[in-house]
Amino acid sequence: MGAGEVSICARVKGQEGALLQVQGLGKRYGARIGCADVSFDLWPGEVLGIVGESGSGKSTLLSCLAGHLRPDAGRVMFRTDQGMRDTVAMAEPERRRLARTDWAFVHQHARDGLRMGVSAGGNVGERLMAVGARNYGAIRGAALDWLQRVEIAADRIDDRPSAFSGGMQQRLQIARNLVTGPRLVFMDEPTGGLDVSVQARLLDLLRGLVREMGLSVIIVTHDLAVVRLLADRLMVMKSGRVVEQGLTDQVLDDPQHGYTQLLVSSVLQV
Amino acid sequence: MSDQAYNFAYLDEQTKRMIRRAILKGIAVPGYQVPFASREMPMPYGWGTGGVQVTAACLVPEDQLKVIDQGADDTTNAVSIRAFFQRVAGVAVTGATAEATLIQTRHRIPEVPLRAGQILVYQVPIPEPLRFLEPRESETRKMHELEEYGLMHVKLYEDIARHGAIATSYAYPVKVEGRYVMDPSPIPKFDNPKLAGCAAIQLFGAGREQRIYALPPFCDVVSLDFEDHPFVASKADHDCDLCGAGDSYLDEVIVDDAGGRMFVCSDTDFCASRHAAGQRGRLAPLTEGGL
Ligand SMILES: Nc1ncnc2c1ncn2[C@@H]1O[C@H](COP(=O)(O)OP(=O)(O)OP(=O)(O)O)[C@@H](O)[C@H]1O
Ligand SMILES: [Mg+2]
Repeated sequence: MGAGEVSICARVKGQEGALLQVQGLGKRYGARIGCADVSFDLWPGEVLGIVGESGSGKSTLLSCLAGHLRPDAGRVMFRTDQGMRDTVAMAEPERRRLARTDWAFVHQHARDGLRMGVSAGGNVGERLMAVGARNYGAIRGAALDWLQRVEIAADRIDDRPSAFSGGMQQRLQIARNLVTGPRLVFMDEPTGGLDVSVQARLLDLLRGLVREMGLSVIIVTHDLAVVRLLADRLMVMKSGRVVEQGLTDQVLDDPQHGYTQLLVSSVLQV
Repeated sequence: MSDQAYNFAYLDEQTKRMIRRAILKGIAVPGYQVPFASREMPMPYGWGTGGVQVTAACLVPEDQLKVIDQGADDTTNAVSIRAFFQRVAGVAVTGATAEATLIQTRHRIPEVPLRAGQILVYQVPIPEPLRFLEPRESETRKMHELEEYGLMHVKLYEDIARHGAIATSYAYPVKVEGRYVMDPSPIPKFDNPKLAGCAAIQLFGAGREQRIYALPPFCDVVSLDFEDHPFVASKADHDCDLCGAGDSYLDEVIVDDAGGRMFVCSDTDFCASRHAAGQRGRLAPLTEGGL
């Protein structure tokens, strides 16, 4: 089953409607455009890839969606227990609560997403403790379980991430984010700084977790191989704007926009 | 006698009013760190200038001042601060906890329960309990504001993971009135239960960090812990070798070159009072006045 078909299944099964609806989102840095006029829907269980050259606004968009940056235009509607809520307009405490329960954010550089002075177990347990877990044994059990799921040996649980390889750090960051069972995961170049062989293993792992947990994911990347493997749908950005979007296979195999054609062909030349 | 070159208690009235406002705010919002414009004091920061400023702002001429450091009235730090206030405020001083109206302390809470009308002033080196894991001040403020205290438990988790038990034995974090997480200053965790339900007003001053916080009388103060690793107010498993007390915090003292040790109350006033009342420990001198 191709990635496109998964998306269609998700859509048919997703009777409850979109998980995220982004409307007219924009962010400027002074006179410079970070991103502008971005609109899309994300469905439960769907993986959306965002590609585009350096400086095209991918990280800006992701930061606005995740509440790290305040957009100056548009709405980001997220499905909560109380229906669709605009996360841009909601009070900060509520947005931060969503950020540590329903959302997760995987940074390109693991050190931005990990506490380097805290053991692997403490890193994984932090989100549990943040939402009120107060049983040491249970927290440690969950941490052990998650280390195993991201293929980190149990006997490394008390080591600090600084003693881990780049790939292990990234897997630890993923475990730390997924331990509370978030519904929406943001990833900014999660395979960015890694060796090719390490990237492949991480991608396999990510794909497995996404399927197993039915995660909805928005993943930013330079790497078209990453989107081909992971993304159901693809959004292409240029100069802060979305120039093309559609099912991943369609966009990659039959790009409509000139810029997308360039992007696809330049990758093929590599 | 008071030194005429200074205003009563060294600080000018304007400054005292500013500090009192911070204190009142602190009492109104228990456990919340109130910023204040800390002044230069004629002593190094390490000597507890925050506590000294809070004391200066609270002192009235009728006060009986007690100053303790690690439980003792006669260490250099305690003697100097006491002498300072004798000189600049001319107040009466005492070593007796029960007689004192204002007690400035570093590292201990007196053993004898404090009473209404007393003020206990703590010297605080680092007021921010979250600092250990989150160095960014902007972020720790936000965490307090939004009650995001998961990080405090990460610190305790790390303790247990590394040592098999919560090894934090000083400055053990507490939650105040179910709201703010607070650093009780480097008192031993043995003293933590005394923070709660105390009849006296407790004030905390951090000079270098420019923060004041407070516990009003009879405050709810809970030491953080895990269900399966509950907080324990531990002390050395001995009785005081001088006064025989089994329930006071003890210092271990090396008494000879052969490695001989004895355990004595860290609260010297408590120990001396018991001794005066005829209580004797294992190694108490047989002759009177031997303390
Ligand atoms: N903090 C900032 N201040 C000013 N301009 C910024 C800032 N961050 C990004 N920009 C600008 O906004 C535009 C979009 O940047 P962004 O970082 O979102 O791009 P990107 O697609 O993530 O690039 P890359 O692939 O290199 O990570 C660029 O022109 C960039 O220079
Ligand atoms: Mg980027």
